[in-house]
Order: sequence, then structure tokens, then C-alpha cells
Amino acid sequence: MKSKKKSMGLSKRRNLIGWIFLLPAVLLICGMSFYPMIRALVLSFRTGVGANMKFTGFYNYIRMLQDKVFIQALFNNFFYLIIQVPIMLLLALVLASMLNDKDVKFKGLFRTAIFLPCATSLVSYAIIFRALFALDGFINTMLIKIGILDVPINWLGNAQTAKTVIILALIWRWTGYNMVFYLAGLQNIEYSIYEAAEIDGASPFHQFGRITIPLLKPMILLTAIMSTNGTLQLFDESVNLTNGGPANATITMSHYIYKMSFEYSPNFGYSTAMSFVVLILVAVLAFIQMKTGDKR
Amino acid sequence: MRKLKRFLNYFVLTAVSLLSVFPLYWMAVSATNKSVDVIAGRLIPGTYLLENWKGLLQAQNVGSALINSFRNSIMLTLAGLLICSIAGYGFEIYHDKGKDTVMSILLLAMMVPFVATLIPLFQMFSKIGLLNSTLGFILPTISTPFLIMLFRQSARSFPHDIIEAARIDGLSEFGIFLRIFIPTMRSTYAAAMTIVFMNAWNNYLWPKVIMLSNEKITMPMMVANLLTGYVIDYGMVMLGVLVCTVPTVVIFSLLQKSFAEGITGAVK
Repeated sequence: MKSKKKSMGLSKRRNLIGWIFLLPAVLLICGMSFYPMIRALVLSFRTGVGANMKFTGFYNYIRMLQDKVFIQALFNNFFYLIIQVPIMLLLALVLASMLNDKDVKFKGLFRTAIFLPCATSLVSYAIIFRALFALDGFINTMLIKIGILDVPINWLGNAQTAKTVIILALIWRWTGYNMVFYLAGLQNIEYSIYEAAEIDGASPFHQFGRITIPLLKPMILLTAIMSTNGTLQLFDESVNLTNGGPANATITMSHYIYKMSFEYSPNFGYSTAMSFVVLILVAVLAFIQMKTGDKR
Repeated sequence: MRKLKRFLNYFVLTAVSLLSVFPLYWMAVSATNKSVDVIAGRLIPGTYLLENWKGLLQAQNVGSALINSFRNSIMLTLAGLLICSIAGYGFEIYHDKGKDTVMSILLLAMMVPFVATLIPLFQMFSKIGLLNSTLGFILPTISTPFLIMLFRQSARSFPHDIIEAARIDGLSEFGIFLRIFIPTMRSTYAAAMTIVFMNAWNNYLWPKVIMLSNEKITMPMMVANLLTGYVIDYGMVMLGVLVCTVPTVVIFSLLQKSFAEGITGAVK
């Protein structure tokens, strides 16, 4: 009896120690994520500057609907999301399954090369792409030298081409990152499944569609959520690759929120209202993805 | 069929590898060339590196930006690894229902985009005097659900027998974590370190908001500043980009193997 009491005390003590281990991390997330989020919600119902802010209900949210730049930014984020994320994830999947092939040599070399862009900072790669696609940049110079072009294309000065450059840059930067996750997932799939499928006469396309994709589903879901999240928060590329231009054609929501808060005369109420829209979009899309991921 | 597949694999992998490396190669080569040569499309290393370096030093305070970036990133890496790994360990080893609930609430924080907390954080930090400081830089991102999850998953493979044996040997609970868990989980720590250091080094939005003083700017901010002005000196700008890129590439290359192992262990 006595010893039982003592061991219960011990397990209680351990349980308490467990809570102490969690405490700093939990407090930090509450203080740096949840608390500011609630303050942002409160702030989004106010307008004015500094101490003179007053409650104005849904004014900021109504204002957004008439704000052409915000609507453009929202459209741009979704444009990047719908075009870029599927291409990138499919490419990453294809590359990962190619690298998983037992016949392929120099795996480490290929993997390192394809992952290398992820070691570049977002600002750095944005600037590299800006320089490559500048009017007097490398791409134009080469295209003229080969004879494909007579006059340089103003890639970043035209709305459509500027968006294309941003999408290309994003694919370049993030494909390897997603590939690493798929490669890690593929390691948990017995390779003999592929060998058996090959003996049964399944083509590589069949193997990819019937084995790789279904078995990697949890990983695909994870990367889809991460990419959606990241795409809705694009900032560095919009600022440093195109500066949102031409005429806000490539601006993202985060970039516009930043400008509204720290470049124009600060309007924190309106900015936080916009940032809350980003939050709701991220949450809703993640929820939908998880639901569809569960079903299949 | 098999031969064709093999050929296709090598062809695609080689092409993608070249496309992945080329922009970085071009950047590194351009850092050693004169701006006019860069524009002319020169693709071999030149002899203008020193001049570009002098130009860069004249344009920006590279030394202080480097020191700031290293200080901020190292502090964030140390704090983040310690606090998130002990939390991940706590969640897994002292696992119960209450902690599961807390964990699922924390995971919700993954859905909170940084931009949604940006302005309240800026207001809070300016009120308590954390602008322009390393503490201000690191506080919002020390504890992240992603990192806690990573350590929690890897703690799953940590054998309970070892913990029992250590308890019998009289090691304290914190002692077990410090002396046994940390050394055993080296590859997870390496993976986490790579991720946190890179994110810290590359962070742009947050330092742009809080580092208002010119002496406090970080490397990405400094590189972005090089683009102001009408004529861009490509050689100098690319050298700036190169200096900003080298630390993360070095860290990644050194820890690449453990990085892959750590991620693999965590997703099992």
C-alpha cells in the first residue's frame, strides 16, 4: 500500500515535470501567435492613427471590397497558387520517384543539385531572377545572340510576363524542397512493390499513378498545405523581383499590407483587417485540403 | 523499355540539375565580373572580384550586416532548438490526454500566417523597447509547432528502456534529456538546426519591420538595399548576393546527410 502511494506520487511528479518541459514553448506560442492574433482581430474593427483609433465596426472590411489594389493582390495570390503549386508538386513527385529508382546512379549529386536552390535566401534568388530577366539581363542577351529575338523583351515591365517570371522563380526555388519530403516518404515504401509491379507489366506511368501517388498521399497533403500557406504569404519575391509592378500587376497581399502599414501613412486598422482575411483564407484552404485528404 | 526509362531518368535529372544550379553559377561568376561583361553575357570567371568587393564596401556596411545576421541567426537557432526539443520530448515521453489537447491547440498556430500577427507584434515590441534588438528578432519564432512536432516524432523512436535505466542510475528527468536524449538525437538536431538557421538567416519581412536603425540591418536587407538607384552595378550586386548565400549553402552542405536522415526519421 505504502509503496503504491509512493509510486503514484512519483508518476504525478513526472507528469508535472512534463508540463514544465512544455511550458516555455507553449507560453511563447500563446504570446507570440495567439495573443497578437486576437489583438489583430480587435484592431481590424478600428480606424485612425496612434492613440486616436476608434471603433468603426466592419468599415475596414467593407473598404476592402472597393479597394482595387487589394482585390488585385488577392487575385494575384490565387493566380500564383493555382498555377504554380500543382506544377511544382507534380514536378517534385516525378523527380523524387526518378531518384528513388534503383538503377539510377549519382543520386547524391542529383539530389544536392536539385535541392541547392533552397539554400538560397528568398531575397537573393529574387534578385538573381530580377537580374536574369532584366531588360539588359542574361536571358534577353542570350535570346538575341541565338537569334530568337531581335529586340529585348521587357519581362518585368509587362503584367503577364512578370507573373510568369515570378512563377518560374518560385518553381525553381521550392521544387527541391518538396522533393526531399517525397524522397523521405518513398523510403518507407518497400521497393519490392515496384519490382513486383514491373514483373506484372505495369508501365512506369502506371507505377507512378497507382503506387507512388496513393502511398505518398499523407506527404502530398502535408506539402500541399505548406505550399498553400507559403503562397498566400508571398512577400520577398513581390518586393524584390518585381516591386509589385508593373502598376501593382504582381503585388501580393503581404506586400500590400506591408506598404499600407509602413510605407504609406500608417493605417494599422485597415492593414490588420486585410491580414485577417489572409488568416481566414489560410485556415479555410487548409481545412478543405485536410477534409479532401481524409476522404480519398 | 527499361533502357528507354533509364535514358529518360538520366536526361530529366541532368536537365533539372543544370537548371537548378545555373542561376547560382551565373550569380557566382557575375560576382567576379565587371557590370558591362555581366550584361554582355559572360559566363566564365573574371578578375573584377576585388573591385566589386571595394564597391560593395563603399555602398553598404557589409561587416555589420554580417555580424548582425550571424548573431541573430545563431541566437534564434540555439533558443529554438532548446525550447522546442524539450517541449517535443515532454509531449512524447510524459504523454497524456491533457498534453494531447495542448498539442492540437498549438498546431492551430501553424495556420496563423505571420503577416496576421505582424502589426500587433510591432506595436507590442515598440512599447516594450524591443525594436532594433536581437531579442526582438528572435522572440516571435523561437517556438514553432513545426519544430515541436519534428522533435516529438523523433522522440517516438527513443527507447523507454533507456529512460528507465537512467532513472534507476539516479539521473534526474532533465538530466536524461540533456545527457542522453540530446546526444542520441544528433541527426534530428542537425536537421532542425539547418531549418531554423536558414529560416532565421533568410527572414526578411520581420527584420525589415523592426530593424529601423541602419546599424542593425541584416544581410537580406542589405542585399535588397543594393537595388536602390537607377543604374544597377550587376557585378557588385551579385557579390552581395553571393556573400548572403554562402553561409546557408555551407551549413546545408555540412549537414545535408543528417538533414535527410532527420527528416526521414520524423516522417516515419
